[in-house]
Amino acid sequence: MACFLVPAGEAVVTTVVQKVIEHQGKKGGEAKAAEMKLKWSKRLGWLNIMLWGGSLLLALEHIWHGEIIATPPFLTAMQDATETSIMLHEMATVGVAMAVTITLIWGIMILVAELKSRTAKVKVQPVRGGA
Amino acid sequence: MWLILTALAAVAATIVWYIKSPGDKYKLGILSLMLWGATIMWVVDHIMAFASEGGEFFELGTNATMLGVAVIVLALVAWALTLVITDPKGVLKKIFNK
Repeated sequence: MACFLVPAGEAVVTTVVQKVIEHQGKKGGEAKAAEMKLKWSKRLGWLNIMLWGGSLLLALEHIWHGEIIATPPFLTAMQDATETSIMLHEMATVGVAMAVTITLIWGIMILVAELKSRTAKVKVQPVRGGA
Repeated sequence: MWLILTALAAVAATIVWYIKSPGDKYKLGILSLMLWGATIMWVVDHIMAFASEGGEFFELGTNATMLGVAVIVLALVAWALTLVITDPKGVLKKIFNK
């Protein structure tokens, strides 16, 4: 009905957070902190693309099924009080589950990327000591 | 059917992205992540609908297949727009500077 609006709402929030972090990273300051901010801005970008892209494609599916219309109130479920309550319930269950699943998968991606980057740093470090 | 087609497109985009890595000059990562985002959302939607209502897990048929194709076309359009706007190879810049 309108479940994609929940991930889209999350996308708005994460995009704002990403832009703020990116701005702070570009502003400069301590080199290491700025680098860290830019790294997290890039990683948040992955989540943003998944959320925005997913919401866009799901919106097409809703248009296809006649659940979104070009005239107000735009969602057919909002034309009737009973349908609106079903829609809100669906947003609270399916929509939230979608947003949480995407965020969890992004969390796993970050974990893997972090572990890989740490392993790479260990390999690059020069060997100390020796004769 | 649109879930299957979107998942297939996501896998294909990821494979091409991996082959072209490192660099991602064509921003295939964006296309890949976009398709994975939609695939994950539809998997959740299908599982929850199947658990609560039962019935068939996958909707098959011409209409569902056409929706799948339309979804992939929209993803490609969004990716192409990203390429045109960001112009990672500087193609448009060269054309306009002539």
